[in-house]
Amino acid sequence: MDKIARIDMGAAGGPKVTVSGLGDYAGLGGRAMTSLIVAAEVPPLAHALGAENKLVISPGMLSGTVGSMTGRLSVGCKSPLTGTIKESNAGGQAAQVLARLGYAAVILEGKPAGDDLYKIVINKDGINVIVDNSLKLLDNYPLVAKLRTEYGDKVAYMTIGTAGERKMLSASIACTDPELRPTRHCGRGGVGAVMGAKRVKAIIIDDAGVTMRPAKNIEGYRDANRKFVEGLRKHPVTGEGLPAYGTNVLTNVLNEAGGYPTNNFKTGQFAGSSKISGEAQAELEVKRGGSATHGCHRGCVIQCSGIYNDKDGNYVTKQPEYETVWSHGGHCGIDDLDTIARLDYMDDNIGVDTIEMGVTIGVAMDAGIIEFGDRAGAIRLLEEVGKGTPLGCILGAGAAVTGKVFGVERVPVVKDQALPAYDPRAIQGIGVTYATSTQGADHTMGYAIATNILKVGGDVDPLKTEGQIELSRNLQIATAAIDSTGMCLFIAFAILDQPETFQALLDMLGSFHGITMTGDDVVALGKRVLSAERDFNKRAGFTKYHDRLPRFFYDEPVAPHNLTFMMKDEELDDLFNW
Amino acid sequence: MIITVKLFASFRAGRFDIETRDYPEGSTVADVADSLSLPQSELGIMMINNRHVKLDRLLVEGDTLALFPLLGGG
Ligand code: SF4
Repeated sequence: MDKIARIDMGAAGGPKVTVSGLGDYAGLGGRAMTSLIVAAEVPPLAHALGAENKLVISPGMLSGTVGSMTGRLSVGCKSPLTGTIKESNAGGQAAQVLARLGYAAVILEGKPAGDDLYKIVINKDGINVIVDNSLKLLDNYPLVAKLRTEYGDKVAYMTIGTAGERKMLSASIACTDPELRPTRHCGRGGVGAVMGAKRVKAIIIDDAGVTMRPAKNIEGYRDANRKFVEGLRKHPVTGEGLPAYGTNVLTNVLNEAGGYPTNNFKTGQFAGSSKISGEAQAELEVKRGGSATHGCHRGCVIQCSGIYNDKDGNYVTKQPEYETVWSHGGHCGIDDLDTIARLDYMDDNIGVDTIEMGVTIGVAMDAGIIEFGDRAGAIRLLEEVGKGTPLGCILGAGAAVTGKVFGVERVPVVKDQALPAYDPRAIQGIGVTYATSTQGADHTMGYAIATNILKVGGDVDPLKTEGQIELSRNLQIATAAIDSTGMCLFIAFAILDQPETFQALLDMLGSFHGITMTGDDVVALGKRVLSAERDFNKRAGFTKYHDRLPRFFYDEPVAPHNLTFMMKDEELDDLFNW
Repeated sequence: MIITVKLFASFRAGRFDIETRDYPEGSTVADVADSLSLPQSELGIMMINNRHVKLDRLLVEGDTLALFPLLGGG
């Protein structure tokens, strides 16, 4: 990864590719790369869909190596949904392949004048930008099927569906998994709309003829990786729970803890939760000849994903994640896994963030467009999004816009991005992360659930305010660093609990670059990323007053704990204290 | 005293999902786990009536106890 490609989509005479060395960005990858480039190069007051915005695609620091779990791809830009800086990452094959081709970043810049649609082919011979209007208005599954007839099965595809083409604020960028299904999405913040604004429909990444990235210290790297994998296999979460049940094992946990937002955050427990739980889902998947254990990219040893078939044994979608099962399930009063799987497939196909879309449908239900629990109605609303009807375009713009259009007061968003599957009134720690994250409400930015609810990596009482600021701060720093390595965030469960596994990760980073890495270096990297992101947001007009939850969390107590969000504003303002 | 016990994930294998069970007064969470042959080292999340508790917590009539192995997701 010794080069950066810049593709000026708006160049006179057609898109122009320039490849350079790393310069100021040497040694970076993943979120560190995307955020530092966006912070340095995108005018903070730019329109996110305009020519000034850049879409930065970057494999993690360890992607493309023999290291396990290193297949995370980061995409960064100014977000059209939140107006903040954005980094959205996904698994799938793209990161590994792009890293092996030597690209530390591929940056889409500018904007073409006409309405031609482009595809970008990246292989060992270079980068080709080609007009292909035959791809217009294809959704992700048919789009990838069409591209496969031309580029085959030994490549990775990054694509946008019709939502991205229509520049919807919920639009995602899909990455194909090892079986070439467009199921792994850079989902949050409307990154697909930015790709659509640049008129890029697909990126085809072909690593034929290139090899794995070698470590500086080959022996040391292999040894550290072995210890790292041992640690992941040994920890109950990464070695047993996630492979067997996937992330949806959390449905029962959160429901039991009274922190499962139900019917658009009206109560903290859902009567239908056991029907859509991870336990029920895994059993059904196995019974129908799918699978409850599947890796989103080669080299994943946790394999939290799975394959969801219909009752006749035909593929429907990949195993819907906990967040998806919640957003389309309990949040909308829907207790049917087949409906949720269908909606998950439609989200992936149209190319929208499953959290944003599910939350939006719940807000539409609160507005009375359809009733809570209306399965067919939810599918119909998502069909509208896929068709790009006026109603579909409103819903595709996300929960904040939908709430405004239909006059809803209870709209669960921070910086206009929908809250995920944990009620901040029953889990104060995650509320701190939602409020203060550099990118709007996002559980993955500082997963306080681990310590508040799951009791991994410590024990902080979810119903109290004590210790939550420090917890969220430390998690946000650690996450910014992990998101830069290319490692899947789920390694955190093992490294939080097992010092020797954390050491193995440090040794992987160190031996790869032929240096010694310490915990302090990781903290410094995380802080550097967060500081750059905060600075961008400040210049984009964000103040401490934006680091708050929607008002109803402060004045509507939620059952069963009957608490509100109790963190004081001054405490939130103290989060970024370095 | 009558206690409702809920088990989740791998704890269900060979046991049950939910059962109403009778325990002597003064029983703790640890006693219930022992009665179900759940090794204490495997207990991850323990809740009584939707609140986290520790192993030594005393149960009272009518409590609902939920036991999970160590779990993660997100
Ligand atoms: S643990 Fe899950 S999300 Fe992470 S790399 Fe593996 S399959 Fe992908």
